[in-house]
Amino acid sequence: MAGESGKIDPMHQFQIEPLAPLNIGGYDVSFTNSSLFMLIVLGALWLFMWGGMKRDLVPGRWQMAVEGVTGFVNNMVTSSVGPEGKKYVPLVFSLFMFILMANFMGMMPFGIVPGVHPFTVTSHLTVTAVLAVLSFGTVLVVGFWRHGLHFFSLFVPHGTPWWLLWLIPLIELFSFLIRPFSLALRLFVAMTAGHVLMKVLAGFVINGLNAQAAWVPLVVSIPSFILMIGITLLELLVCAIQAYVFALLTSLYINDAVNLH
Amino acid sequence: MPQIAQILETYASQFFWLLIVFGLIYFTIGKGMLPKIEANMDARDRKIADDLAAAEGARAEADNLGDSGEADLAAARLVAQGKANEAKAKAAKDAEQRLAKADAEIGVKLAAAEADLAKASAAAMASIESVAAEAAADIVAKVSGAKVSAAQAASAVKAVMANG
Repeated sequence: MAGESGKIDPMHQFQIEPLAPLNIGGYDVSFTNSSLFMLIVLGALWLFMWGGMKRDLVPGRWQMAVEGVTGFVNNMVTSSVGPEGKKYVPLVFSLFMFILMANFMGMMPFGIVPGVHPFTVTSHLTVTAVLAVLSFGTVLVVGFWRHGLHFFSLFVPHGTPWWLLWLIPLIELFSFLIRPFSLALRLFVAMTAGHVLMKVLAGFVINGLNAQAAWVPLVVSIPSFILMIGITLLELLVCAIQAYVFALLTSLYINDAVNLH
Repeated sequence: MPQIAQILETYASQFFWLLIVFGLIYFTIGKGMLPKIEANMDARDRKIADDLAAAEGARAEADNLGDSGEADLAAARLVAQGKANEAKAKAAKDAEQRLAKADAEIGVKLAAAEADLAKASAAAMASIESVAAEAAADIVAKVSGAKVSAAQAASAVKAVMANG
């Protein structure tokens, strides 16, 4: 985290560092700290779900938590897509849980162990872009598979006046095509900005404590620390909200593909 | 910003590992574990609904049984009351009959006794007349020395007694 000569670089946390070089077919697919955190997310998610697999008639606390999350996603998908949405619950659930876990893993205080840096997988455009393409690709595949070329009627909403027929489909097409970018950028920007802000505030606290003048810690470090507690709590909220937004928008887009408005 | 500065060096690794990890999540967790958890939740919901329906049925049956039990009880009470009334009426009638019979017997006995009494008093009256006639004849003989026949004395006594 700390760069050269005691300066704190808030962007350093997003640096990808290869841990084990790997090259397949001329592509550099090294195992990196990002890959490591993806596996940590997978492990945490698997552990969480495994705790809910007891399948008791009367659920315990852990099973209740897992069933709460699955019920929440199930409810979200079926309420936006309808009963046909059942098929898409695994996809939306996987997206939601992966993003949620990745966001939370990036917030974990692993940094208290020297040499270990938490890494937020979802703060990388390459990752959020793949997730957005998965979501958007599902919409395209489902839409064309169910409706064929009739899927294009999505761009002509009901009740469009004839004299606007040249403009509305263009706007609708544009808003449709922008979806994967907005999905990817929203998550990437929210996670990046939050982590940069936390790191900057942490830098204020540390640099203030190291300052020569005695008044600096009092005036800079303490207010920054108090603010940082609030920002951290807010960031935890953002972690959940961003995962929810991604999953909700995906289910709404799937609704477009399944039901065509 | 490393996300953009490093994008050309790292995109292959990011895509590769993300697709592996997300594929594992989708197929083992989304397709494997999630349906089991949901099946369990559905089974629980169904079981609760079934149990509620069964409890509702049992309640209705119990209500029914209670109603019919009450009706049985009322009918039995009615029958018992009828029997009691009948028995009471019969006993009253019996008593009346016996009373009437006893009354009649007593009446007969009373009439017989009265007749006996009348006879006895008539007999007594007759004997008083003859005694009085004798006494009257004796008195006449003693006082006047005249002999009065018994028939004369008797008619005289009868005449006096008839006058009171």
